[in-house]
Amino acid sequence: MTEPLLQVDSLIKRFGGLVATDQLSLDILPGEVHAVIGPNGAGKTTFIAQLAGELRPDAGTIHFKGRNITRLDPAQRSQRGLARSFQITSIFSGLTVEDNVALAVQAHAGHSFRFWRDARVDPSLREPAAATLQRVGLGNRRDGLAGNLAHGEQRQLELAMALATEPSLLLLDEPAAGMGADETERMVGLLQALKGTVAILLVEHDMNAVFALADRISVLVNGSCIATGTPEAIRNDDDVRRAYLGEDA
Amino acid sequence: MVLNRRIIVTVLVLIALALLPVLLGGAPFYIGVVARAMILAIAAISLNLILGYGNMFSFGHAVYIGIGAYTVGIFAHYDIFNGFIQWPVGLAVSALIALLFGAISLRTKGVYFIMITMALAQMMYFLGLSLDEYGADDGLVIYTRSEFAGLIDLEDHVTLYYVVFGFLLLTVLGMARLINSRFGLVIRATKFNEARMRALGFPVGRYKLTAFVLAGTICGLAGLLLGNFTNFVNPDMMHWTRSGELIFMVVLGGMGSVFGPIFGAITFLLLEEFLSDLTEHWQIVFGPFLILVVLFARGGIDGLLGRKDRSDD
Repeated sequence: MTEPLLQVDSLIKRFGGLVATDQLSLDILPGEVHAVIGPNGAGKTTFIAQLAGELRPDAGTIHFKGRNITRLDPAQRSQRGLARSFQITSIFSGLTVEDNVALAVQAHAGHSFRFWRDARVDPSLREPAAATLQRVGLGNRRDGLAGNLAHGEQRQLELAMALATEPSLLLLDEPAAGMGADETERMVGLLQALKGTVAILLVEHDMNAVFALADRISVLVNGSCIATGTPEAIRNDDDVRRAYLGEDA
Repeated sequence: MVLNRRIIVTVLVLIALALLPVLLGGAPFYIGVVARAMILAIAAISLNLILGYGNMFSFGHAVYIGIGAYTVGIFAHYDIFNGFIQWPVGLAVSALIALLFGAISLRTKGVYFIMITMALAQMMYFLGLSLDEYGADDGLVIYTRSEFAGLIDLEDHVTLYYVVFGFLLLTVLGMARLINSRFGLVIRATKFNEARMRALGFPVGRYKLTAFVLAGTICGLAGLLLGNFTNFVNPDMMHWTRSGELIFMVVLGGMGSVFGPIFGAITFLLLEEFLSDLTEHWQIVFGPFLILVVLFARGGIDGLLGRKDRSDD
């Protein structure tokens, strides 16, 4: 059995009386696409926020690459190879598309206390950025302002920024949120192409996308994981049908 | 680079500043007005780094002008006129105070940040009022300007003008480089989305603090120049209304623009000069003017000159 890349053990997060994450345990293996699904309010975004370090859990531990990262802040986790995209598009709208990705490269190229040299023509930042944009299909949009991209393209840029940090685990919070059918299909194609090169934790509402991409699926209900298994097993799991897909699904 | 209206105007302004003492044949009054404008332009440029590029709305930036000017004044008070001592100390104290104030105020955001920077600056203002040794609210008269071992004579007003002009050029050049450097891009991107910067792996706090210290230090330089220029320092230089004027200059000139604060500072001082000739209550005219600028020319003067709607340079 391979050592898990990410190990979540008995995670608990309360907001007042509400238990948003309840004794949640979950493993992610190197290179796998692991989808987390669940009804609205199941605690998926809260869970991602704890993995990324934006929220501190009240109890439980998170191990990444065998090391305890429960107390690390988002920047430190990113430096260790954990990247995330945001459910609400989160880009630097007033900078160019290439600037956005080059910043992601820069974040992992040593410190940025460099005050004089023009970073906008620095090939060690710009070349990887251009290559990553090519990879997500935005190669011809790199000089435009990020804020002027169409919604679907901004989602692609989100992905490019996460990829440019060369992560070993990508946390994708609804990468296809607000996308039309065509755009979703393109995003699924992009993620398909990434399969095997990087482990992905995917939170997504589009079930077609989830079943097309996932190696394993975990089902979250009321903050705890009620089942984990292959797409086939989850489809046939009675608990899941009852709790999530509905009795007659 | 295309030769557009904005570049032409910018170059013309710089040439005019360079030739002004020659054109005016040494007329001290107007040379003085413009030298003062250039000193405040340096302060406004430094404020623009954190306000325009970094979205850190400091309402206490004039405090560093006071620190610079008081350094010259206090040393002169003890008959130490050597600029090679005065100036490094002035810059170092500005940097230290900025480090302290930044470390405190950057823990907050939005309105709280504005209030805290203002409160800390007011604290220094009242400290100045309470220092009887240094003239309290009367301040100190600086009878002798900084001396640089006979290399430069600041007592000559044309020489002082060109020293100020030289520092202004250095500041503008430094800022033009800075905002496109790795550091500059971190500061500018943080303005758009701080959470995203953290998720990308940037320890955002220390970059913001560095920008805050840098801005304070450059403003301290403006203070050293102003103390020498006015031959005088008092606590009023640190009053929050002075910080407000610096913000006006940045907004008037164009936030997040390299040359904007120069346009802003010159326009501000010229308006102040001519309007106060017309009426004692010149602010009655000036206030509505500012409101019009904010409402109809959001990019400030540099925006009117055709700067694109993006925070590039």
